[in-house]
Amino acid sequence: MTILRVHNMSHDFGGLRAVQDYDLEIEIGQIRGLIGPNGAGKTTIFNLLTGIYTPTKGEILLDGKRINGLPVHQIASMGISRTFQNLLLWRHMTVLEHVKMAHYSRIRYGLIGAFLGTTKRHKEEAEIEEKARKLLEMMGIRHLSDQVVLNLPYGAQRRVEMARALATKPKLLLLDEPTAGMNPEELVQIMEIIRRAHHEFGLAILLIEHRLKVVMELCERIQTLNFGEVIAEGTPEEIQNDPKVIDAYLGKESVI
Amino acid sequence: MASTTTFRTFRAGWSRVPLIGWLFGALLAVTLERLVGGPLALAVGLPKIPALFGLDIMLKKPLLIPNAVLYVLLVYGLPMGIATRAGIAPANRLAARLFRLPIVVTTVVYIGFLYAIFHVWAEVNDYRALVLKLTLIAIMFTLSLNVINGYMGEFSCSHPGFMALGAYCASVFSLGLFVDTRFFGTALLPPALGPFLFPVALVLGGLLAAAGALIVAVPSFRTRGDYLAIISLAFLFIVKSLIENLEYVRGPRGLSGQPDWANLPTVFLWTVACIWSINNFVRSTIGKALNAVRDNELAASAMTVNTRRTKIVAFLFSAFWAGIAGGLFAHVLRYVNPSTFGIQNLAEVLAMVYFGGLNSVYGSIVGAVSISLLGEALRPLEIFKWIIIPLLLILVMIFRPTGLIAFKDLDVTSLLRPKQNPGGEV
Repeated sequence: MTILRVHNMSHDFGGLRAVQDYDLEIEIGQIRGLIGPNGAGKTTIFNLLTGIYTPTKGEILLDGKRINGLPVHQIASMGISRTFQNLLLWRHMTVLEHVKMAHYSRIRYGLIGAFLGTTKRHKEEAEIEEKARKLLEMMGIRHLSDQVVLNLPYGAQRRVEMARALATKPKLLLLDEPTAGMNPEELVQIMEIIRRAHHEFGLAILLIEHRLKVVMELCERIQTLNFGEVIAEGTPEEIQNDPKVIDAYLGKESVI
Repeated sequence: MASTTTFRTFRAGWSRVPLIGWLFGALLAVTLERLVGGPLALAVGLPKIPALFGLDIMLKKPLLIPNAVLYVLLVYGLPMGIATRAGIAPANRLAARLFRLPIVVTTVVYIGFLYAIFHVWAEVNDYRALVLKLTLIAIMFTLSLNVINGYMGEFSCSHPGFMALGAYCASVFSLGLFVDTRFFGTALLPPALGPFLFPVALVLGGLLAAAGALIVAVPSFRTRGDYLAIISLAFLFIVKSLIENLEYVRGPRGLSGQPDWANLPTVFLWTVACIWSINNFVRSTIGKALNAVRDNELAASAMTVNTRRTKIVAFLFSAFWAGIAGGLFAHVLRYVNPSTFGIQNLAEVLAMVYFGGLNSVYGSIVGAVSISLLGEALRPLEIFKWIIIPLLLILVMIFRPTGLIAFKDLDVTSLLRPKQNPGGEV
């Protein structure tokens, strides 16, 4: 079953066309990759899907409902969650608070509960905390719950971001270069975590990644982007041998 | 062997005094002062009981400093020191017993104790009562500003404006309905009813301030930082010049003769309500969203946080409490005029917030109390007061840029916990 369908989406920054006639269909439980050289428009596509930019043209359907033009938080609570390339964490907040915060849209106690500290609020906060701790356990960072994120090593910060994204209960998870800046050991761990999240929550995942090893191992299908356009789409093997992809990454043979 | 044990218990003893022990000690000290303070002051060579822990005497008559210090030691230091240490075991037993009650009941008991201390202390003279009431109001005002400047990380300059709205709204309500005045005519309702409707007056003031806050909250959707600070400053000037030119509330002459309803218990209860609700709010996930918006707004919205709702709630809530503080302020001084709510007032409350500490209820209390008391203590220095307080602020900013006690949660439960290992309990 298709969970996300993007049809003919384009986006302009002033006179510059950043994304051109982009199409995408993701099924439930699928892991897909999005690769391409720097500036190809990968992160722009993520920003379009999550509502940070509104597409100039085209349509985004989540579960058959049109979501372009909706505010970011609404799209997020409908089931698209993401991590950021350059780790956008809240620097004064603890790990646990990060994960609890991602439950925001499902809080039922309202402002009265927040101001007056009703029993309903304490019960609900306790439930959220319980869930958050479970998620941190799964991510292997439960022991860091009460640490302020600013003091954590880079790899742990990546995990916090991932835990936070999963806590919104997404149907589709967008991972923007989840292995950037990681050493080989951390790389193996994060791939394991992605697999586990995928397995346990039955998520669809869309992955931007520069390390081909990661993409080739994780993804079922891969799209290659260059100058805002999809130049190739297929299984990892097909992509690896596609001359257009090799061109985009390495340049034409004749140039050398 | 025995002496080292005694020494150890002596030292450890101070850290094991539970909150209730300190409250008992303080209550004992103020009761003692109430009973024998006058003769004792004369005995140590002071003309009368020093009003603010001797601070007020020290600058006026430096020669009396040793006497004042001696008095403070005899009245506060010695009784509190002995009582708290001697009473550790019973105090901890009592704390443990109280701790087993529902948390609401326990908190009420503690607050009752705190009030008793304030009450006895303030009974000694009117000046004390006034300083105490103004300090409590300063706590409310500082805390409400901390919601915006600390928790949400915007720089609001509009809070004196919110306070002015609250002060004027409450004053018009009480003067118009319950007092015969030249400008509002005769009283419409029997004055005996007044004290019961005083909360209504305050809440109306708070709501008017919250409505005014919309003018700052809506632009905050699109602007942040310096630009929003300028907008909020503009709001302050709008409110001030509006009141100055509004003949209905007597323009720059101000309103006077407010009924004397803001007595110590009233101000105290409102302050408790303010601290309680703001502390509740900032510790809930909905309130923590303020921090998320401050630290990274984009990430907050991508994690389902409704940032507009968060901002509007923060502004309205904080303005509401600033308005309540304003209403109380007007009824404590029984006089308001627009020039009270100018840049000077803004500078004072900003000093309290940044001195005490951002993003912290403790910080706001510490900031408001220390700057208020310092202001009173330095009063004899007149103009130099405004050199010393800013200098202190500069020092704090250099050595602790976020304030004395920043980023610390006020956890009531851990505050009330008895401080003894379970083995020694009943």
